Amino acid sequence: MTSREQLIATTFVDLADTLVADFDVIDFLHTLATRSVELLDADAAGIMLADQHGGLHVMASSTEEARLLELYELQNNEGPCLDCWRSGRPVARADLAEMRSTWPAFTQRLEDLGFHSAQALPMRLRTQTIGALNLFRAKPGRLSEADLGIGQAMADVATVGLIQERAIAAGELLATQLQTALTSRVQLEQAKGVLSQRSGLPMGQAFQLMRDYARSHNRLLSDVAAHIIDGSISDDQLGRSR
Amino acid sequence: MHNARVAEILSALTHDRADATSLPERLCAACLSALPITGVGVALMTVDGPSGVVLAATDGLARQLEELQFALGEGPCVEASDHGRPMLHSDLAVAGPARWPRFGAAVIEAGVHAIFAFPLRVGAIRVGVLDLYRDTPGRLTTAELADATAFADAATVVVLHLQDHHAFSAFAAPIDGRAEVHQATGMITIQLGITLAEALLRLRAHAYATGRTVSAIASDVVNRRMSFDGGEPGTMTQDRP
Repeated sequence: MTSREQLIATTFVDLADTLVADFDVIDFLHTLATRSVELLDADAAGIMLADQHGGLHVMASSTEEARLLELYELQNNEGPCLDCWRSGRPVARADLAEMRSTWPAFTQRLEDLGFHSAQALPMRLRTQTIGALNLFRAKPGRLSEADLGIGQAMADVATVGLIQERAIAAGELLATQLQTALTSRVQLEQAKGVLSQRSGLPMGQAFQLMRDYARSHNRLLSDVAAHIIDGSISDDQLGRSR
Repeated sequence: MHNARVAEILSALTHDRADATSLPERLCAACLSALPITGVGVALMTVDGPSGVVLAATDGLARQLEELQFALGEGPCVEASDHGRPMLHSDLAVAGPARWPRFGAAVIEAGVHAIFAFPLRVGAIRVGVLDLYRDTPGRLTTAELADATAFADAATVVVLHLQDHHAFSAFAAPIDGRAEVHQATGMITIQLGITLAEALLRLRAHAYATGRTVSAIASDVVNRRMSFDGGEPGTMTQDRP
């Protein structure tokens, strides 16, 4: 196998592995976002999930720019991720001109951040759409059919995994699962602020440091966040993991 | 939307000042009348577990449930707070005694058949737990669960602000869910050497005092246009009304 094929295989196993005791939704979604960028011809990725009231939340992103773009979509109620979640279908436009006419404000913002293409894949199982995976590219145009196929398969496996996890954890409880994820997400943001203020690093770099540390020490991102907040992981320790 | 419901619950609490009951007591009463349950309690929690402080309870049994969990150090509220997720036990007779040997037996004997415990948390900030109980077994529907989580979010705001007497006027708003608000909270913690809970209160109080939104202030803090320690460019002093 080539290294890309190996990574694809590993990714599918990772995305299917949700029935473990210490499963962490945020960590899982970050894996999906970062692997999307590593495996597909995309430069950034973001994931939104819906709550039981139909409100969308930005749950994970591969970079700070992707997160900003997703937040921008939510604030302006315009963009591929929203269209994708509403329709339950993949959403893409052929070129920038078409993007500008469909999502004028979003496309402007996209270009401001140095991207020239955005498209979205649904996270869907049968009739239930739980969210969407957004892929951003510096180059204009859509992803190849081959990449799209792999991307959609990753989104599908992740969705089955999440729905399974919810079913095992508490039956009907989309509501509680999302609350857990939001608590982790908030804790992550608090830890980013703590670290950024202590180290003087920008928010995005502070997050990268946390993620590198979590990966190299094989720990959950939310645990690392909690320990940064309570001071049991020092900035020195974090820096050394680089 | 969720936050609209939280705001509605908070606003009803603050406007209905006819009797002398406390905010947590009114919140419990409102929760009891909105959901098909027998009783409601709110207790303070710390990182180490239940604090033993029951802020409010709709009846003697609801209070007893909170006190039992404190005394025994086990039960759904302890787990809810630890894991940051709701613990929903719709039939305690089936699972209770095996899960919590002492607490399980005691509640069944007291006639409690279902407990739904919701952590009152803002990320790493743990303020307490909202416990709903019922004298018959049975699940809450998805809509009821959604409403219960709205009551839990409202209770989080109430309990957080009870700990801070100065900022009480800033109380009625739900907690802004934007990432920058939580990042700014983390930054202010370090700037002032205070806890995350205190930092969040400072942020909200400052927004209230200056008539700006919490997210606008948070954005200034995150982008380093403003600092709460007064040492950086664009300091608090200059931002004060």
